[in-house]
Amino acid sequence: MTDERDPQTPGPGSGALTQGSGPPGVLTSRLDAAIGWARKYSIFQYPFVTACCGMEYMSVASGHYDMDRFGAGFPRFSPRQADVLMVVGTTSQKIAPILKRIYEQMMEPKWVVAFGVCTCTGGFYDDYATVQGIDTIIPVDLYIPGCPPRPENVLQGLMLLQEKIQRQGLHPKPGTLRPPIR
Amino acid sequence: MTETELLDALKAALGADVLAAGGVGHDLWAQVAKGRVREALQLFKGTLGFNVLVDHTAADLLKWPGGHWAGVWDPCQATQGGEHERRTQTDGRFELTWRLMRLDEKSGLVEGRAALKCRVSDGEAGPPSVRDLWPCADWLEREVWDMFGVKPNNRPDLKRLLLYEEFKGHPLRKDYPIAKRQPLVAPLPAPEGRIAPEQLRPRVTDPGLVE
Repeated sequence: MTDERDPQTPGPGSGALTQGSGPPGVLTSRLDAAIGWARKYSIFQYPFVTACCGMEYMSVASGHYDMDRFGAGFPRFSPRQADVLMVVGTTSQKIAPILKRIYEQMMEPKWVVAFGVCTCTGGFYDDYATVQGIDTIIPVDLYIPGCPPRPENVLQGLMLLQEKIQRQGLHPKPGTLRPPIR
Repeated sequence: MTETELLDALKAALGADVLAAGGVGHDLWAQVAKGRVREALQLFKGTLGFNVLVDHTAADLLKWPGGHWAGVWDPCQATQGGEHERRTQTDGRFELTWRLMRLDEKSGLVEGRAALKCRVSDGEAGPPSVRDLWPCADWLEREVWDMFGVKPNNRPDLKRLLLYEEFKGHPLRKDYPIAKRQPLVAPLPAPEGRIAPEQLRPRVTDPGLVE
């Protein structure tokens, strides 16, 4: 992958999109790279907020940390319009069927973020009432641990998710359970 | 009204059915016979002016060594030389508690607190509902049923409050298996490389009570 304008030092983010050579003034790209690029910078998220991590989510989403810088500033409260399901907070056994239905209502391609340690593993709620990690119910693409995670952790997680979306190209495989380990 | 005056009023009404009592200053607790709980609560609400039901809950005393107060720091004994009656009823697995508060509606000041307790055996119904005295008792009674399986004797068709209808058993009973899970959604197959729950050391174990 090269950047036509400066093959030696491609600018950040540009290497993934542009490729090959074409007539002057025309930018050529692989379709999957272009679509991945478009998808990763236009995340519509569905915040499934059930507990205290929601406070940290609000912090990330609002002006100070500003998720909108990464193109993910638009929460949709209908799963039909969302493509990233952010599960934020402890998930009880009682609400698990609702979470599964929300996931099933989302259009492909879709990604799931487990926000906070309760959604990753159940956290310290090792008890009768709590789902021991939402990946026992729905496939998870990104785990953000922390109780709660710092907003910086969330933003780093968001960037990792963007890398993943870019890499997946045209046909993301739903049900990819393990994120790449960096 | 001090704790002694409250106790006198309670004893005048219930006599020997006040099984045990104690307290410090404006904070009274009393254990009464199960059949007279409603009467005692009516007395608290009416004559004694305890207008707020702060909480209604239960404790499962299964395997609790030597009755309820054994080994527990007793404020009455500490401050008043153990003069109070301690004929605490030790039969009956569950101890139900109603925590009451006397709140001055004009000033917003708390003028006194009291706890009424009674013992209920496994499988039998508790005292009658007090929904008509304090409406908030409705949900509290449902919660006690949900968690401990003790229901008021005049509310036969009680629904769970917090857990789902499919849940079997009552999780805050001491004999509810600590690792038992009742998921509503069938779990997905574990991802490749994931440690199975059986391979993990249990995070919570039940050593029982050490005497």
